[in-house]
Amino acid sequence: MTLEIAGLSVRYLNEPSLFAPLDLLVAGGEVATVMGPSGVGKSTLLDAIGGHLAAGFTMTGSVRLDGFEITHLPPEARRIGLMFQDAALFPHLSVGDNLAFGLARETRGRAARRAAVEAALEQAGLAGLYERDPATLSGGQRARAALMRTLLADPKAVLLDEPFSRLDAARRAEMRNFTFAHIRKRAIPALMVTHDPADGAATGGPVLSLGGDPAKR
Amino acid sequence: MGAALHAVSGVASSSPPGRALRLVVLLAVVGGVILPILAGLWATARAGFAILPAIGAETLSLEPWRMLAGLPGLGTSLKLTLLTGLGATALALILAGGTCAAVHGRMSIRAGGRMLTPFLAAPHAAVAIGLAFVLSPSGWIARALAPLAGWDRPPMLVTVNDPWGGALILGLLVKEVPFLLLVMLSALSQIAVARHIAVGRALGYGRGIVWVKVILPQVWPLVRLPVMVVLAYSLSVVDMALILGPSNPPTLAVMLLRLFSAPDTAMLLPASAGAVLQGGLVALSFGLLLLVERGVKRIGLWWLRRGGRGLSAEPGLWLTTGVTASVMVLGALGMLALLVWSLAWRWSWPGMLPESWSLGAWTRPGTGWGRALWHTVLLAFATTGLALALAVAWLEGEDRARMRRARWAEALIYLPLLVPQIAFLYGLNVLFLRIGISGGMAAVIWAQALFVFPYVMIALSDPWRALDPGLPRAAAALGAGPWRRLWAVKLPVLLTPLMTAAAIGVAVSVAQYLPTLFMGAGRIATLTTEAVTLASSSDRRVTGVYATLQAGLPFAAYAAAFLIPALAHRNRRGLLGGEGAP
Repeated sequence: MTLEIAGLSVRYLNEPSLFAPLDLLVAGGEVATVMGPSGVGKSTLLDAIGGHLAAGFTMTGSVRLDGFEITHLPPEARRIGLMFQDAALFPHLSVGDNLAFGLARETRGRAARRAAVEAALEQAGLAGLYERDPATLSGGQRARAALMRTLLADPKAVLLDEPFSRLDAARRAEMRNFTFAHIRKRAIPALMVTHDPADGAATGGPVLSLGGDPAKR
Repeated sequence: MGAALHAVSGVASSSPPGRALRLVVLLAVVGGVILPILAGLWATARAGFAILPAIGAETLSLEPWRMLAGLPGLGTSLKLTLLTGLGATALALILAGGTCAAVHGRMSIRAGGRMLTPFLAAPHAAVAIGLAFVLSPSGWIARALAPLAGWDRPPMLVTVNDPWGGALILGLLVKEVPFLLLVMLSALSQIAVARHIAVGRALGYGRGIVWVKVILPQVWPLVRLPVMVVLAYSLSVVDMALILGPSNPPTLAVMLLRLFSAPDTAMLLPASAGAVLQGGLVALSFGLLLLVERGVKRIGLWWLRRGGRGLSAEPGLWLTTGVTASVMVLGALGMLALLVWSLAWRWSWPGMLPESWSLGAWTRPGTGWGRALWHTVLLAFATTGLALALAVAWLEGEDRARMRRARWAEALIYLPLLVPQIAFLYGLNVLFLRIGISGGMAAVIWAQALFVFPYVMIALSDPWRALDPGLPRAAAALGAGPWRRLWAVKLPVLLTPLMTAAAIGVAVSVAQYLPTLFMGAGRIATLTTEAVTLASSSDRRVTGVYATLQAGLPFAAYAAAFLIPALAHRNRRGLLGGEGAP
């Protein structure tokens, strides 16, 4: 599986582009990193790839997944997972139901789906927490639950938006290894934006820097 | 690589279902809310110029206006209308502004909201009846004064229905000061109040002066529309004016109601002319408001530029707070008086409480209140359900189009609240008669929904936009389409504001008097229509039952709006105590 970005740039209304047109090819199991100071449009880049651009933003260029053009698809049809720094767990659902929400339709039957969720919880070190209120989880637990929810949807690529920045140093390394190991195991491409150089170094993948564009400065 | 370069905008990528939803909403709002109002205004205006085929009037003439001008007491009536309408609005604005300045930062917004809720929930008619019970010469105030004043019987004073409209203004204040307070509090949450006060005080201004010179001018643009709603309402109120206002001559709206329900159908023509006049009066008052706004701005800037720091505004602010508190205490006493009277058996002068109590008035639902209660509940559920569905569809349509609301759309929402009811409801009923639904439940539901929808929409809009955009986004990234995002994520997370909006809808529906009376053709009795009719009767026990029930329904709705989310989310800390302050 590959994630391929060609000539992608984004601008807001009639303002100049946020960054120069971007070309990038991420192979399956690889984690590419985009670095840059805050406000340069890192999150907007991920929004463009995932199809979540807010009102007023326009993108040019193309996004291909496994060679298929997905630029025109709505976000729910792109099969691109998304991880935020705040885990964005649904506050009205239990931890397990959050995962069940993500679990792909291909897993059928009540028992099978429940088992899949329980297995994922087990993998994330959250065994027995199906009924827990997500608001009562620790930061690390929340991040792991969010990763499991994303992976259960069986994504063909994953976008990571500063996923570890809310965690303390010890948890950060642990969560990094946990996340990258899962991405490698599934052999899906991943794109991460971060301002922590240690994140980029840990991936072993290509590192791109989005250092602002000449038009703006 | 780079084979195809596509331009994709955030708006254009929204799918056709989103467009279909927006189209349905637009049609429903225009066809269901805006057109009926415009058509009602049009039909009323035609009748005002002597075109009402239903009674055989078919030639354009000014005769209705001549008849209207010839009515005894019209001049006094107009003066009274302006006095009570403008007076109540100005006083409410001053009291709410001053109170806001005095208590903001000293009382949490949640606590303030909780205190205001009962006043917002109580229907106008119930407040008026309660106030009449308290203020009347045989009411609690006179009873409390009796030993001091040496009154051995109720004094011969005109305290309710006074010819100057004082009681009516007081009644309007009980409802409108809390409303404006709530609106101001929510406007203040959008302003960096604490920082601006700190800056102002560091420059040598007292706290009160900073409020008057710096904070309130920032609040004004955010509350201008609600103030206009209050102004339009105060100038054209019917139910409160029937109960508390002067009766001979009454305010214009009450005079028109009498003409519209006169046995002589020829009176419909001057009544319609009067309805046009009522509309014009409100429009003129809006113009006056804009003039005053300009004048105050100019004077205010002159005052501001002088840079005076000496005067302290604090005593003035505390005075307004004191008056506000007294108004609210009177309102609360009125509510209590309703309940006490409904349970009283023997209550002689000058006792503060009845000598004997009885459930008699409550134990005979067959005498009428059972049926009125049923109608009221049915109407409340139907109108609130419709309004909530339309509001959710509208907001969801905005989300899918990723659009901010245009100013004209915001104005459409407020339109039903800015046009006086009596200026278009008669004309609308003429149209309802023509399509054959007048006098039925459907007509009343439709007419009430015109006023329920704006409030539900306004109550739901801010919390809807405050929803964390990460949640629907995360759901989309997990493969959930727009409908699943709505049903499985947005609506459950927004349960608290949805229930609050529903409670407001119920309160507005229960309070409707004129739409129920006109569209129901007098055949659909609700707690409100019955309570207003009974208010002038001598049996306070029965009146007390109706008014207590009338006030009780919205209270129950607010209680449910508090309890349902608390129960549904009892194990969800992230949703408790978050959004949804009342």
